[in-house]
Amino acid sequence: MKKLWKIFNGGLVFENPLLVLMIGLCSSMAVTSTVSNGIGMGLSMTFVLLFSEIFVSAFRKIIPSSVRMPVFLIIIGGFTTIVDLVLKAYFPALSKSMGVFIPLIVVNCIIMGRVEAFSYKQSVLASIFDSFGMGLGYTWVLVGMSAFREVLGNGTFLGIQVMPQSYQPILFFILPPGGFLIFGLFIAFNIWNKNRLTRKAEAKENA
Amino acid sequence: MDLMKIFIVSMLINNIILMRFIALCSYIGMTNDVGQSIGMGIAVTFVTVLATAATWPLYHFILAPLRLEFLEIIIFILVVASLVQLVEFYLKKNVPGLYAAMGIYLPLITTNCAISAVVFENISLNYNFIQSIVYAIGVSLGYLLAMVLLAGVRERMETSPVPKFLRGTPILFISTSLIGIAFMGFAGLIK
Repeated sequence: MKKLWKIFNGGLVFENPLLVLMIGLCSSMAVTSTVSNGIGMGLSMTFVLLFSEIFVSAFRKIIPSSVRMPVFLIIIGGFTTIVDLVLKAYFPALSKSMGVFIPLIVVNCIIMGRVEAFSYKQSVLASIFDSFGMGLGYTWVLVGMSAFREVLGNGTFLGIQVMPQSYQPILFFILPPGGFLIFGLFIAFNIWNKNRLTRKAEAKENA
Repeated sequence: MDLMKIFIVSMLINNIILMRFIALCSYIGMTNDVGQSIGMGIAVTFVTVLATAATWPLYHFILAPLRLEFLEIIIFILVVASLVQLVEFYLKKNVPGLYAAMGIYLPLITTNCAISAVVFENISLNYNFIQSIVYAIGVSLGYLLAMVLLAGVRERMETSPVPKFLRGTPILFISTSLIGIAFMGFAGLIK
């Protein structure tokens, strides 16, 4: 159980896909100009990751390693299509504003990377924990970034006005350079947090 | 005039890295020194133009008449990957000098998003052949420019006192943000 918790925790901080592994960056900065996009993208990604990892891990003994890439792509592509169609049917506005980035989940390095590096070698249970860790790790960064960008750049949160009327929105944060800046600060925060946790663990061991 | 506009918009105003967040992996990974970033930039320019020259006729003369547009993604990815292989073989055999300079970057290019983005956009933007080539050159020169700029900044940064908590990747993104602000100034170039 402790091992599983460690796998889950790894995705959130120590091996956070965006802040530490630096994969899947393109979509993360492009969709985070509003909070609803950030949440939508994070959850869609977690869903696809969860089911792809479960399926790959369940069939890992049957998938020959020479053709594993195309097989992975087909599995991931299938779940991405499900997400795409569900969003189109039930959340048309969200689906429209995220646009091309939903189909692009297929080639998102996070999913390919985790499926290849983790679930192809590990049990189903471990894969489930890994996908939740990675998926939530991705989601919290997206939601955090988009909260900063939307509140500062537009004065709203989830479309509701939260800043006083007199607040002049700083347009910079919605524009691409603002995304880079916020992302840089998030990495800095994660490094600080990681060092703090490591120190704490060491202190505990010494005591 | 129209071509000039496509060129400037794709290279400066809609810079593929700084304004559209495409091809960030190689942007962070390949900019350790200026020489490396120039090599990567030139290799990408070369392959993007070749890939455009190959995929545009393929789409308009083969896929579209046969109503096979839905195969676009699979076919284009195959074309780009095999093109990179061919270029590598050709350079190795016939132009060893250029191969030595560019060779190590070629395999990395197969998965470069900048190239895939250009070949798909040429179709979705409905450009004719000349416009597509100009667009490909513009986007990839914009890529080269952004790579070289960041590599220059990184070289200077090695000897600068960066605050401890920003060392490593955070400062890279913050520098990128500043370069991006400078690029936003180009938006006034075209009305």
